[in-house]
Amino acid sequence: MADATRSLTDLFGILGPRRVADAGTAADTSVTNVAEASYPTKALHKFLASLQSNDNPLLLDLGPVVGSNVTFFGEQLGCRLRVEDLAKDIDRHVKDNTIEQLPEFFTKRFKEAAGTVDGILCWDLLDYLDRPAAQALATALSSLLRPDGCLLGFFSTANSPETVYTKYVVVDESTLRYRTYPASRPRQRSLLNGDIIKLFKDLRVTDSFLMKSKVREMLFRKPAPRT
Amino acid sequence: MVNIGKSVVIKGELSGSEDLTIEGHVEGRIDLKDNVLTIGPNGKIKAEVFAKAVVVLGEVTGNVTASEKVDIRDNGSVDGDIASPRVAIAEGAHFRGSVDMQRAGQKAQAQQAKPNQPQPGQPQQHQPNQPQHQQGQRVGA
Repeated sequence: MADATRSLTDLFGILGPRRVADAGTAADTSVTNVAEASYPTKALHKFLASLQSNDNPLLLDLGPVVGSNVTFFGEQLGCRLRVEDLAKDIDRHVKDNTIEQLPEFFTKRFKEAAGTVDGILCWDLLDYLDRPAAQALATALSSLLRPDGCLLGFFSTANSPETVYTKYVVVDESTLRYRTYPASRPRQRSLLNGDIIKLFKDLRVTDSFLMKSKVREMLFRKPAPRT
Repeated sequence: MVNIGKSVVIKGELSGSEDLTIEGHVEGRIDLKDNVLTIGPNGKIKAEVFAKAVVVLGEVTGNVTASEKVDIRDNGSVDGDIASPRVAIAEGAHFRGSVDMQRAGQKAQAQQAKPNQPQPGQPQQHQPNQPQHQQGQRVGA
């Protein structure tokens, strides 16, 4: 079954767009370790749609600051946006050799009160965490979301030897530019669908798309309490 | 246009009705509600900032509220929360904090609903009973 999944993923990979060097040549990529390519996204549109009915929603972006994304989400949603670069936190823990403290760190990481966040852009950060840290982060994020709040997560379906993070730059609601930059640790083992659902056991998967970029885009929603 | 030079240090409240460029150090509060404030490449601000538009090429520590736009240019730095209907952050700029870009239309509605909180550019509370956004709004870059 796993082999069959891998074969299908490989097939999608062949059909997907090629990564291009930022400065135009492969040699430049190896020197600067920066590359980018544009890929379609299906979940972003749904994520935006789920928040557009909210007035001044609170959005949490767990990736690095991308100026054009701040402008995009602000203009689309009229939102309050808080950028919390968790990749920096991971790097710091790797550098300080305290990676085993990440689960505890994530339980206290966020200032927002439970149930106050309308949307979370988790991107692919869980791919860089081992199971205990991923579980701690998923639990913390699930708690932050208000009922009916949405979380957008990306999960790689293929193991990558590259030690890079990806900045997801929004081109428009159906296109993302993947821009890589050096990371302090590679992606950990790819999470299976069931593992991801278990991580976010307090949320409901509303959409899941396997993209040609070998990324599974998943949209989660926090169920409203039953009355 | 008024310039505050590199060697000038101001502690306290700075207000006025002209556009202002700061290359020096300011600590406290800056209030230029109808004018443009530019923090030059040498400017260092530790203050709450209120202006019509704010352009940051230097360093700002503190919350920034603008009724029109906040523009953090390359090498500019803001450590604090931003409230403005338009925010531009250049590649290479540093920003840590939150951004509140509540739409102008929403803001007017919020103010009508809450007449006791007429704070232009400041974060508004969630208004559950307000009408929803119009369908068919432009979506995309």
